[in-house]
Amino acid sequence: MGLLKVSGSPHVQSRETTKSIMWNVVIALVPALLVGIYFFGFRALALTLVSVASCILFEWIIQKFLIKGQQTISDGSAVITGMLLAFNLPSDIPFYLVIIGALVAIGIGKMTFGGLGKNPFNPALVGRVFLFLSFPTEVAKSDWPTPQPLFGSKIADALSGPTPLAQIGANNQAGLNNLDMFLGSTGGSFGEVAAIAIILGGIYLLLKKIITWHIPVAFLASAGIFAWILNLCGLTVNPIYHLLAGGMMLGAVFMATDMVTSPVSKKGQLIFGAGCGLLTILFRCFGPMPEGVSFAILIMNALTPLINKVCKPKRFGY
Amino acid sequence: MNTFKLGGVHPEENKIARNHSTETFALPQKAVVFVSQHLGAPSTPVVQKGERVKTGQLLAKADAFICANTHSPYTGVITKIDLATDFNGYKKPAFYIDVEQDEWEEGIDTSDSIERDIKLEPQQIIERIKDRGIVGLGGAAFPTHVKYMIPNDKKAEYLIINAVECEPYLTSDNRVLLEHSEEVLIGIEIMKKALGVKYAKVGIENNKPEAIAQMQKAAKDFEGTEIVPLKTKYPQGAEKQLVYALTKREIPSGKLPIEVGCVVNNVGTALAIYYAVQKNRPLIDNILTYTGKDVKENKNLLVRVGTPIRSIIDYCGGLPESTGKIISGGPMMGKAIVNIDAPTVKTTSSILVMTEKESKRKTQTNCLRCGKCVSACPMGLEPIQLSLLSKQHRWEEAEKECAMDCIECGCCLFTCPAGQPLLDLIRVAKSNIGAIRRERSKK
Repeated sequence: MGLLKVSGSPHVQSRETTKSIMWNVVIALVPALLVGIYFFGFRALALTLVSVASCILFEWIIQKFLIKGQQTISDGSAVITGMLLAFNLPSDIPFYLVIIGALVAIGIGKMTFGGLGKNPFNPALVGRVFLFLSFPTEVAKSDWPTPQPLFGSKIADALSGPTPLAQIGANNQAGLNNLDMFLGSTGGSFGEVAAIAIILGGIYLLLKKIITWHIPVAFLASAGIFAWILNLCGLTVNPIYHLLAGGMMLGAVFMATDMVTSPVSKKGQLIFGAGCGLLTILFRCFGPMPEGVSFAILIMNALTPLINKVCKPKRFGY
Repeated sequence: MNTFKLGGVHPEENKIARNHSTETFALPQKAVVFVSQHLGAPSTPVVQKGERVKTGQLLAKADAFICANTHSPYTGVITKIDLATDFNGYKKPAFYIDVEQDEWEEGIDTSDSIERDIKLEPQQIIERIKDRGIVGLGGAAFPTHVKYMIPNDKKAEYLIINAVECEPYLTSDNRVLLEHSEEVLIGIEIMKKALGVKYAKVGIENNKPEAIAQMQKAAKDFEGTEIVPLKTKYPQGAEKQLVYALTKREIPSGKLPIEVGCVVNNVGTALAIYYAVQKNRPLIDNILTYTGKDVKENKNLLVRVGTPIRSIIDYCGGLPESTGKIISGGPMMGKAIVNIDAPTVKTTSSILVMTEKESKRKTQTNCLRCGKCVSACPMGLEPIQLSLLSKQHRWEEAEKECAMDCIECGCCLFTCPAGQPLLDLIRVAKSNIGAIRRERSKK
């Protein structure tokens, strides 16, 4: 027994740490990865591994040679960025593009600002948008890979060519199937297709109290309501397709809820989520590109400090 | 089931000593009794070096309004009146007493019989509370009689009794409720009479079902006293949170409970008031929990004020090898003990021995802006914001962000996954704002 410790109260702390939060998010992403592998083959797994490995490597290099601080790669946040980045891409994208994406995500999106906790924008989205704008033919392609289950028979009527998202952009809902979109057997970025897997991960995060319902519910509700209004005006497809297509689910559950880049108070989170939903539908229906989730979240990320300033919690005794 | 409005956390309860009946701790051979053991102006010694005092005799008297008397917990000779180091490491004047066999001062009833008739009138009760040196035993040691002098423009409606014991590990209030139900209820009657109120509400968290059941049964004979079970959540025992949980009234910022018609006292204080008024006993002892995950014997002990902390530790099997930190009070708001040779004081309600492992703080990482500190704050503050302002020495802005409303419950630091020293930084801001405010009031 050495000298007694002395410190200010409290003398006990909860068990939750940055590490435990991040690794729980990784666990929550596993179902979406598994569905991705099931429908798009081991290429999807390889893509994820390359993405995760490059994110970790770039963080390690920057931390070691540029920031010269303590290594942070074990906190798991680079793994999340790597997974999310890969999930946002078509499964047949060349590996070198993923590596470039990882460099932008970690280098510019995260470490430039000082690492985890200091970044104003979601790093994975920064990487994705960079790839999206710089390599439009490879990333925002017209002939997406077709889902083919690993086991069992081929899907006879699997969608080939345009993804549901492209159809939504063209305001054409012919052939869209809610069940396919829910289970993930449609074309698209391999980690985004299966709403069920993402919702499962979201439930895990809710149970672990890592996210609260505010952002996802506000996000999906505002997108749903806005799409419904536009649908009534004949400007877009059924709102349900909007909710199930593209990056909507992954965005609402995993991207927008990134604690670092979203508001602190519950009220702020509702505004943030609602803003994301509204902007997504705007971009999808009236923008030049089929997908709007990434841009919507990044714009709301930029507004987060302002939302934090406006949305103070109700003080006790005032 | 009722609880408070905002925030709160659920630390592990660890009430290891809850079922251990209270034992009377033997008198020490040498004792050190601090001259002042309360919040407020210091008391003045009325005995000399070399004088022989009896148990219960006045040692130091209150000269100011917010001040309390100190009585001798022992019979014996005062060998010196000199500075002694308290458990925080501060030097304070104290009486050093060579303890002999107890010889009680005249007029103190030391029998176990329960006195049920309340003979004193309200003003006499308040005088007696003051005379017997009663201070708030919830931890602040605020002189109790001051709370009972209600300003003319205010009116008390409810007496609120804090039997919540929301701190992990502590079990002394639980023992008081179980072992002295009737005395506590008589004490409450006395307090109601002194305040002129009809109703008292006793808040007990529902992790003490035996205490709730026993008190509810005993309270049937006491009209206007209600035992209210509360949903277990820390910091329910904080004054503003407890008043809200029991009455749904919100004490305005910077004001006292009387603003919403309430007077709040701890259950230990209710028992002390019973002894003072019915038995003429001064406050010279209290029930103390000795506990910890690795200690040999967890105990609840009736300890005289001035007992060396070391003798209590030795009696309960000595310090375990794993000891990392010793705390007076609970793990959420208690103070780390610097000097284990210090004596106990009127408000020492527990000695908590924490293991090396428990006393390590989390590794610090960057703030994740997760907002968990904001959700946990029972005062609706933004600890993350306040700590940033504190780091940058922006005291005026911290004041505008209500830093002074912080009750230092520690929920923010408890909950922070990044291990940020939130409360430590807010304390720095508060003390600087305090200095600025004193400057302002001088002008």
